[in-house]
Amino acid sequence: MKLGKIFMNGIIKENPIFRLLLGMCPTLAVTTAAINGLGMGLATAAVLVGSNAVIALIKDLIPAKIRIPSFIVVIASFVTIIGMLMKAYLPALDKSLGLFIPLIVVNCIILARAESFASKNGVVSSIADGLGMGLGFTLALTILASIRELLGAGSIFGISVFGAGFEPALIMILPPGAFLTLGLLLGLLNKMTQKTQ
Amino acid sequence: MTGLLIILVSSILVNNFVLARFLGICPFLGVSKQVETATGMGMAVTFVMAIASAITYIVQELILVPLEIEYMQTIAFILVIAALVQLVEMIIQKVSPTLYQALGVYLPLITTNCAVLGVAILNIESGYNLLETIFNGVGAALGFTLAIVLFAGIRERLELSSVPDVLKGFPVALITAGLMSIAFLGFQGLL
Repeated sequence: MKLGKIFMNGIIKENPIFRLLLGMCPTLAVTTAAINGLGMGLATAAVLVGSNAVIALIKDLIPAKIRIPSFIVVIASFVTIIGMLMKAYLPALDKSLGLFIPLIVVNCIILARAESFASKNGVVSSIADGLGMGLGFTLALTILASIRELLGAGSIFGISVFGAGFEPALIMILPPGAFLTLGLLLGLLNKMTQKTQ
Repeated sequence: MTGLLIILVSSILVNNFVLARFLGICPFLGVSKQVETATGMGMAVTFVMAIASAITYIVQELILVPLEIEYMQTIAFILVIAALVQLVEMIIQKVSPTLYQALGVYLPLITTNCAVLGVAILNIESGYNLLETIFNGVGAALGFTLAIVLFAGIRERLELSSVPDVLKGFPVALITAGLMSIAFLGFQGLL
């Protein structure tokens, strides 16, 4: 029961994008197509689960003063592993995400969860937290990317929705579209939560 | 010389790090409530990025490539940047305690400012030499400073205007950034 609660916390109540507003750079940059959003989200989730688990294991061995550099080294190792795996098995996705794969290291969500959750809790609950936060991040990225792909290219996951007569709004897959979509989406979420209160 | 100038113009205006490449969004949204702190943040980031560009280039050329351990790039670079940020933090604390207070938690967070690691990796990927690397680092940082200072100026005004309740705070800030980004698209034809 408790594990389920930790898991759901990351997906809805403390969704990293919609609620905590962490990890904005990859969120805005790679969400030009739904498949990129999904891929980026899953790569980040994998790193998050790995780093949370290792940090929860070694938290008693790390002196408090150098904990941040130690966390970063653990995270960087996982990012390197994921980066190599993606280069080997998913070269096309790796190419379209490009720079943002090594930049998972500096995604604030991962360090924030290491500092505020994994360094204070056991291994199993840290893995649950990593999974929840990672999937919450993936969900948010996929939603955002789907909206942008739908309006900017007329398709979702590469499947054409509107047919050939649709005139895509190119601005949505250009940089301004990312800011506008996320801003309006956050406003919409505020409106919805306001009503239920 | 023209090559260096093109790198500079490209990194400040055409490929602005914040508004076109989406690097360094966290401090861009977090430390942009006042022009003064935004300027301070911009200067701290400029300093870190210029030095980080040069040092990561040297680390890559003299250590990683000769030893054939290029896959250690991410780990090596982030450690260099973390050490540099620590240094800058100590300097600012001594020189300007007020600025240190104002920047608060965002100062150590320069380590996780993806613009810094991003520019280091981009320099290597583009195959720049040492001089071009430094120019690109400085240009990218100045572009970041330009964007954050302009944005802070708009947000100071925004405080005084009536915004719909549901859009207050982050949503309206993001929409503002979107409009700025449209303006910066206009520089595309410059090169």
